[in-house]
Order: sequence, then structure tokens, then C-alpha cells
Amino acid sequence: MDFSSINPALLIASLMVSATPILLAAIGEAVVEKSGVLNLGVEGMMIVGAVVGFIVAVNTDTPLLGFVCAAIISGIFSIIFGILTQYLKSNQVATGLGLTLVGLGLSALLGRPYEGMKSPTLKALEIPFFSDIPVLGKMLFSHDLMIYFSIFLVTLVWWFLKYTHAGMVLRAVGENHDAAHALGYKVVLVRMLAIMFGGATSGLGGAYISLARVPQWTEGMTAGAGWIALAIVVFASWRPWRVLFGAYIFGGVTVLQLNLQAAGASIPVEYLSMSPYLITIVVLVIISSRGNQGAPASLGRPFHASS
Amino acid sequence: MIKKLLEINGISKTYPGVIANSDISFNINTGEVHALLGENGAGKSTLVKIIYGLVKPDSGNLLLNGVPFRPGTPSEARKAGIAMVFQHFSLFEALSVAENISLGMDNPPNQRDLGKKIKSVSESYGLPLDPAKTVGELSVGGRQRVEIIRCLLQNPKLLVMDEPTSVLTPQEVDILFKTLLKLRSEGTSILYISHKLEEIRKLCDTATILRLGKKVDTCTPEKTSTKKLAEMMVGSTIKAPEKLNKPAGRVMLNVNNICCVSKSQFGTSLTNVTFDLRQGKILGIGGVAGNGQDELFAVLSGEQFSQHGSIGLNGINITKFNPNQRRKIGLLSAPEERLGHAAAPNMSLIENTLITAENSQNLVSRGFIDWKKSKAFAEKVIKKFDVRTPGSQNTAGSLSGGNLQKFVIGREILQNPSVFIVNQPTWGVDAAAASSIRQALLTLSENGAAILVISQDLDELLEISDQFAALNGGALSRIEKTADLSMEQIGLMMGGAKDLEVHNV
Amino acid sequence: MFKLEKRPEQSQKWIYLSPFLAVLITMISGGILFATLGENPFEAIRIIFWDPLFDPSFASYSRPQLLVKAGPLILIAIGLSFGFKAGVWNIGAEGQYILGAIFGASVALAFYPMESKLIFPLMIIAGALGGFLWGLIPALLKAKLNTNEILVSLMLVYVAESILASVSQGLLKNPDGYGFPGSRNLQNYASAANVEIIANSGMHWGVLFAFITVIFSYIILTKHIQGFNIQLTGQAPRASKFAGVNPTANIVFCLGISGALAGLAGMFEVSGPSGQITIEFNSGYGFTAIIVAFLGRLHPIGIFLSGLLIALTYIGGELAQLMLGLPGASIQLFQGMLLFFLLATDLFANYKVKIGANK
Repeated sequence: MDFSSINPALLIASLMVSATPILLAAIGEAVVEKSGVLNLGVEGMMIVGAVVGFIVAVNTDTPLLGFVCAAIISGIFSIIFGILTQYLKSNQVATGLGLTLVGLGLSALLGRPYEGMKSPTLKALEIPFFSDIPVLGKMLFSHDLMIYFSIFLVTLVWWFLKYTHAGMVLRAVGENHDAAHALGYKVVLVRMLAIMFGGATSGLGGAYISLARVPQWTEGMTAGAGWIALAIVVFASWRPWRVLFGAYIFGGVTVLQLNLQAAGASIPVEYLSMSPYLITIVVLVIISSRGNQGAPASLGRPFHASS
Repeated sequence: MIKKLLEINGISKTYPGVIANSDISFNINTGEVHALLGENGAGKSTLVKIIYGLVKPDSGNLLLNGVPFRPGTPSEARKAGIAMVFQHFSLFEALSVAENISLGMDNPPNQRDLGKKIKSVSESYGLPLDPAKTVGELSVGGRQRVEIIRCLLQNPKLLVMDEPTSVLTPQEVDILFKTLLKLRSEGTSILYISHKLEEIRKLCDTATILRLGKKVDTCTPEKTSTKKLAEMMVGSTIKAPEKLNKPAGRVMLNVNNICCVSKSQFGTSLTNVTFDLRQGKILGIGGVAGNGQDELFAVLSGEQFSQHGSIGLNGINITKFNPNQRRKIGLLSAPEERLGHAAAPNMSLIENTLITAENSQNLVSRGFIDWKKSKAFAEKVIKKFDVRTPGSQNTAGSLSGGNLQKFVIGREILQNPSVFIVNQPTWGVDAAAASSIRQALLTLSENGAAILVISQDLDELLEISDQFAALNGGALSRIEKTADLSMEQIGLMMGGAKDLEVHNV
Repeated sequence: MFKLEKRPEQSQKWIYLSPFLAVLITMISGGILFATLGENPFEAIRIIFWDPLFDPSFASYSRPQLLVKAGPLILIAIGLSFGFKAGVWNIGAEGQYILGAIFGASVALAFYPMESKLIFPLMIIAGALGGFLWGLIPALLKAKLNTNEILVSLMLVYVAESILASVSQGLLKNPDGYGFPGSRNLQNYASAANVEIIANSGMHWGVLFAFITVIFSYIILTKHIQGFNIQLTGQAPRASKFAGVNPTANIVFCLGISGALAGLAGMFEVSGPSGQITIEFNSGYGFTAIIVAFLGRLHPIGIFLSGLLIALTYIGGELAQLMLGLPGASIQLFQGMLLFFLLATDLFANYKVKIGANK
């Protein structure tokens, strides 16, 4: 085994790459859950984003356009969930599962002609001066646009929830939808917007997998990233900066096990590849044993205006 | 000169199967406290929701200062100068006081200015509030203050208050009344909704009485007797339950020094609660909501276990018995929440018998359910307790509150409990049903059961209980003979005064 | 605009009617989907729903396949329905299915080449045990620490897939397999083979087990107190606690049963239609069974019927792939749409829909 092949600077850099899809999906889902809606369809929305982004990027040779379209289409896709749960009052858990199953089917259908192709990738943005700093420059300042965007998005969500009136209304709706309704806020509208935002960021996360991290299209390539994003929202107690922290920790584990595989560690490959999932379970157990603090009080509860 | 502020003309509103409001007309004058009096289900809430823009009437109109007024949303109503304090507070527990208030305003100032304003306004009305506190940490009285301050910050012309005193101690009620009278003197009109007659006679200038969706009368409450008001509200005279004074039997339930950490984030933990229940006697436990009532009930029903201390039933230590083990030896209970706790809303009444009567009525043998017996028992409850329903196969959720409560209480009483624990037996129930439930409790007690009634309705406790104690912050006050207590003393007990001699708390 | 009005009681009529409505809407929108893919929609629908059973050139192959596919789906869906009724969301049946197969196959391979009548029963027990234990992990975590069972059971699917990959290349690899991954073929091992009970019917032991499970679960849900407690827990968790139902036992029962049944399904599959443990052994039955359970209204008889219907879409889908070159994924999409339309039409059971001016 050769540990010297693991370069810490590259490790951090690739950690950010591997964390970004989950971060994008999780920050959107955090907003959705803050509004009181549990959308278990993250995996489905991500894979739709992955395939749409890939198709658009390959056909136009413009990865950025791929990301934009992935966000739009996944946002539209999430409207199905929104209409079913918010207007037709269906069970959120079942509908979320359905969204995942449909997303997997739809993406497989759309992506079949593209199996095995390579996509154009985003160029790394070399930030003048900063990217020339030894070690740090390679580690933090030589990434593509989406990585910076994902961090910007976390900041934006944090600011929105904490400092804006609209953010406060969103939290209020998630906390007590009956009271919010009694005060005259449009509960369903707020939730629909949150669901669409969650859909769009999940789409971006999915597209990041097919356009930057891998970059090619294979069926079912999200491989549970959406579910892990859901776990990270719980881990983060619905707080934006903790979502970032959780996603990066998770990215670290993934990258480390990949590096260990590459370095030929004596642990069998299968055990290494199951480690991210096992670690997610361990994290969930630790979180739950100290109580799920900060969960929005109306999370997952159906809302029907009685009057 | 009397100036009309709000004219209500011929308002009607029908829901499927229910006429909520039928041709209601009356006026609210500037600077008056106007009572809206009526039983549960008389249509008070619907009318208020129409005024506040939450519900649109089928017909009729409103005039505000002589101008037609049709609020489409609460925010329009607020802009027109109407503010409302809800019975079930429209608050967000995880948010701060300032955030909560800001959410109820149409053009909230920034949080820092708002905080200052909250401080000054709340103090000037004698209702001090800390804007940075999380609402979940406040007492029920404190939460009501948040609602009231939220309204006052908008300088309302009409303040609507829905059953504001049902959650307050007598002392807190006094403070509230002072605030309301100050508002009146400043020219604000108040629409005061209640079914408490004494209160209305003390506070209100005019009263409009609703019954079954119709206006019955408008009168001056000061000049009308309580008895007359009650008759107008209920429609017939309701026989007060009769109480025989039998000597106390032996101790059936011995609760010794129990403590219990609350499971809910904003709940109240019990500390060192001790009392005895005797055969043939009713102990009433009063207190403002959220002072450990739910926790006390859960520890006694067996849904939660006390961390230390003990509970003994007839000499058997039942501290770690689950609800079913307790039922097997004669301790039955009926929780406050009918839907979802005492009964499953989407299950039939037949299925609902299985929740508590499985063992005592032998409804299950070798794991298999005897549906015939279950049906027979359900029908027995329906008949003996006059539960109005098309049949035992109807779901619990389809019954009215009063009928379901009769079913729930009846289900337990017909199993002949030797100890019966009940939380809020007549909460949200119409007067006739409430009276029959209280009578059933008294009869059960006369037949030798030991009964604990937890209630926030002081009148109810004074009417049926032999002894009284209050819960405050999870601790139990001294236990006194009900007959020896004055309202003031009760208020002090509820407020947590250790020594009844201390009068200014 | 339309307006919703909550019914005081669920409409029994619509509970039974809405699955049929959902199937109908799915066929219509499926037809539209196929039309956009450039196929004749009527022909496509006919190939999927009619030809597998009645076309003389396919029926002899397809009819037995109906039971072969429906067996595991029904078995798993029945198990899931217990949990779904109780509000315990096991979505990791796929993992429990894999573990059942591995346990069952391990027993067989441990005895190979000994022949004995006891081996197959032992495999059945092992298969159920494997699934049960895998289901027990989320159950105990949920009961003791209130850990989210949805996420844990799902994560365990990926773990199970890794284990499957590992054993099919290592522990259970066929020593006479010339180095190819995958175990010995159990169909060639008489004592371990799950054979057809009636020749050319598709009716193997697993299908028989599925049918028996349908009957048992019907009895438990309608006549037994355990079934009542499960439904009570799902509908009113506080009432179930008040009724003295032990929440831990309830969660363990629900996840354990569904795990065991999924494990059995895996065992019957590996010893029957599939024959061997390979990396691609699992084919998504554990997820599709979620659709089967909902489409069947979480009711045993309903699940039986919906299991057959979804099995038909599998076979019809394969046929459509063959005849029209429709991508296999379109059937997955079709099944997902079915679930969506079912959830949407559920509305009619719980609400009255009034069309007209919104006053």
C-alpha cells in the first residue's frame, strides 16, 4: 500500500468536488423542510437534473447552459410533487418516493442514447493572485464556477432565512401552518415556491455529477446522493452552515475511501465503497440519540385550510 | 353621542350540513366592550372569521364607519383597523416574540426598532414582554400578551378577543380587564367572545347572544341576571348536577413524590407530586394550561413513567405498569384530546372500543377480535350515554365534540373503574353534554370510585370536586377542601403562592 | 376553479374505485407517451396489457412469467403494507431481499453436494432470517433511538449491494466457474432448487408462499388484535400508546415481518428463476413492491391484484422492448406514473371536489 500517493491538497480539492452535488441538493431540501414539507424525491430530482444537464451540455457544447436547464427542468419536475401534496393532499412520504421512482425511470429513458458519451466540463476558474498561492491556491481557489456558486447559495439561504421578512414567513409556515394561515399568509404558495427551489438546486446537484464529477452519463449514477442529502439536512439541524459542514465531511469520507482504493489499501473494495453509507447511518444514529432538535414543527404534516 | 363603528347586516354562512350563521345583524359602537355570547357551535367563531376576512359570508354585508366593508384577507381587515386575538393562539413557538409580532403586522419596522416599541407599548399597558425571548418558553398568559401586543401595535379601532380568559388565572384576568378598560377609555371598541357569564356582566357594555347560528337577543348584561343570560344562551334551563355528600372511603390510589421529565420540547416537568385518591371522592386539579397537566395525566394513565417516587393502587405498586396493566386492576383514564388520543378519528366506534375495553369486556380471545362483542359494547355506550350518531359503524371523527366526549367518557365509566383519571372532561363541549358528563362523574363517585379530574375550567371543579389543588410549574399546591376556598385563594394557588396568607404576589 | 371539502368519513366507494381510475389514466397518458416516442399508442398498450396473456405466439412463454414476477412482488408488498399501515416506512426491501438470497444460497452451498429433503426448508428459514435481521437494524435504531428508518433502511440497500458484490466474487463464488463471478447454479442442485409445483405454470414454491401470505395477512389485519394495533398506531400514534401498544414491539414486528418476507422473496428467486448469486442479482423488486403496496391500497387482496398487474407491465414491457424497441426504462416510468395517478385520485376518497365558482 502506498499512502504517499495521497496528496492532501488534492484531497481537499477533490473533497469539495465530491461534496458539491450533495451540498446543492441538501441546501435546497433544507429550505423545503424549513417550510414544513418533506420531499423524499431528492434522488429523483437529482437524476433528472443529471440527465438533462448532460443532454443539453453535449448537444450545445455549453456546460453552463446544461446547468441552467437542469435547474429549470428539475424545478418543473418538482412541481408534480408540489401539486400532488399541496393541492391534492397526497401523503408526502409516498409521493416523494414516487418522485424518485419516476425520476429514475424518466432519466433512464431520456439518457439511453447518451450512455458512454463524455460531456464537456466546466473550466476551472483561476482566481487571479489567490490561485497562485502555493498549496492553498490549488486547494481552494482553482475550482469551477459551480463550487463557488454552491457556497454562495449557502450564504444566500442563510441570509434569506435569518434576515429577510420572506424568510421569516417561510419559517413561520413550517413552524405552524394553521397560525400562518390565520394571519393571512398563503401557506400553499410559500410551500410551492420552496419545493420548486429545492427541485432546482437538486437539479444543479445532479448536473454537477454528470457534468463535473464523473463527467459522463450512466443510468442510476446518483447512487443514493439524494438520500444522503436528506440525511445531511437532518444532521445539520436545518441550519445552512451546518449543511455545508455536513456535506464536506461526507465528501471527505467519499474521497478518502476512493483514494484508499486507488492506493491499494488491504481493505476489500466493497467494504470501502459501502463506507459512505455506513457512515451516514452512524451519523443519523448519533444525531437521533441526542434528539432531533430544530425540526420544523409542521414538517410533513398535511395542511388543509379549514375555513 | 353614540357612533356606530361596525354594522353587521344579515350575515349568513352555511357549511355542508351546518348552518353556521343565519341572518345575523347587530352593531358595535365606538368605544364599547361588546360581548358575543354563545355556546360551542353557536356560530361565534364563524362570525368573527367573517369580520377578520378569513371566511366570506354567503349573504349579508358589513359597514365599517358607514362604509361597506368586505375584507378578502386578514391583512385587508388589519389595514381597516381590525385586530384579533385568537383562542388557539396563532403563534410560532420556535420564533422570538419580536418575530412573532412582526409576522402579524403588515408593515413591520426592522427588528431593533420593533423590539423597542414592543417594550414601551407592553409596559404602558401593564403587560411587560421581552422581545428577544422564544415564544415556546413563555407561559400561556405570556403568549396571550404576545397576541395582544401584536394587535395593539397597529392601533386597532376594533379589537376582537376570542375566549381570552379561559387560559388565565383569576389574577391574570384582572390585569387583562384593566388593559381592556384602558383601551376602551382611549376609544377602542372591543368585541369580546365568551361563554362565561359573570365575566361578561363585569366587563361588557352590551351583549349579543347567539344560539344555533341565530341572534337571540342584544341586551345590557349589567342589567340582566346571570340566570336569564344562561337561558338565552342555552335555550332551556340546564339542570345542575346534583351532589350528595358521602363520607370518604379508604384510600384507593396513593401517589407519592413522583417526578417526570416532560417529553415535549416546551412542556413542563413534574416535580414531587404527592396526593391520595379516596373512594367516593373527587379531587379536582386546576391550573393554567401547560403547568404539567398533560405530564400528570400521562404518568397516571401509564403512558409515561415517573423517574422516582411511587404510585400505589390498593396496595399494589403500579409505578412501572403500562396503561393496559393498570386497566386490568381497575385504573381507567380519559385524556384531554379526543381525536387522536382517546379515539382514532378514522376508525369506527366499534373499533374504538378496543382501545381501552379490550380486557375488561373480553373483546379479544387468543388474539382474535370478537367483533360482535365489540359492537354490542359500542352500542351499549351509545345508548347509556345518549351519543348522537347514525350508528356504531360511523367513525369517531364524524361525531361532534360533545357526542364523542360522551362516548369516550362512557366507554370508561361502563367498565366500572375503581379509580378514574380524567383530563378536561368537558373541554369544547356544549352545555347539555357537559352537564350530563359531570353528572356521570358524580354518579360514578357516589358508587364508590375514586376520581381525579384535571381541568382548566374552575367553575367545573368547584361544582363537582370535593377537594381542590392546583398545578403550577409542575408542582402541586396544598390540597384544600373545595367548599372552604374563595376565588382569590384559588387564584393564589394557581399562581404558585406557597402560603395563602401572602396576598400581594 | 375547484374547491375541496373534507369528507367526514373516507368514501368507501372511492377507495376501491380510485385504483381503477388511476390505471385508466395511466393507460391514457402512457399512450400519449408512446405516441411521442413515435409508436402507435393502441398497439403499444395492447402489446403491454393484452398480448402477454392472449397472443398465441407469446402466451405460452409469458403466462408462467406472470406468476414468476408477481410472486416476489406480492410477497414483498404484503410485508411493506404492514409497516406502511403503522407509519413505519421501510423502503429498504431491496436490501432485505438481497440478504435473504445470500443467506438462503449460503445454506445451500454449505451443504453442496449433499442431497437431503431438509436442505430446502432450511434455506427457507435462512432466507427469512437474513431479511429479518437486515430489517431489524432500522427497527431497533428506530425503536431505541428514534433514528429515521426511511434513510437507514435505504442506506442499507447500498450496503447490501456491496455485500452482494463481495460474496459473488469471493465467498460464494463458484469454484468450478472458471473465475467468473457468481455462485453455483442452484437449479442444478436438486435439494436446493426451487422448482415449479405445476409444470409450465410459473407456480414455484415462492408463489405458493406469496398466496399463503396474502391469506394470512388478511386474517391478521381484519381479525387479529395485532393487525388492529398496527392500524391504530398508523392512524393515531398517541391513541395506540394510550391503548397500551408497545411501540418497540410494534416497530420490530412491522420491519421484521417485511424484512423476513422480502428475504423469503430473495431466497425463492435465487434458488428458482435466477438460480445463482451474481452481482446483478437484484432487479428492483424491492422498490417496485412499494408501488404494488400502494396500488393495492395496503389491502392483502388489493396487493394480490396489483401484484399481478405490475407483473404484467414487466412482461408486457419486455415484449414491447422486443417488438417495438421501446426502452426498458419506459416501463419503470409507466409504473411510477401509476403510483402518481393513484396518489392523485386518492383525493376523491378524502375530499369532495366541487367544481364551480369559488365564492
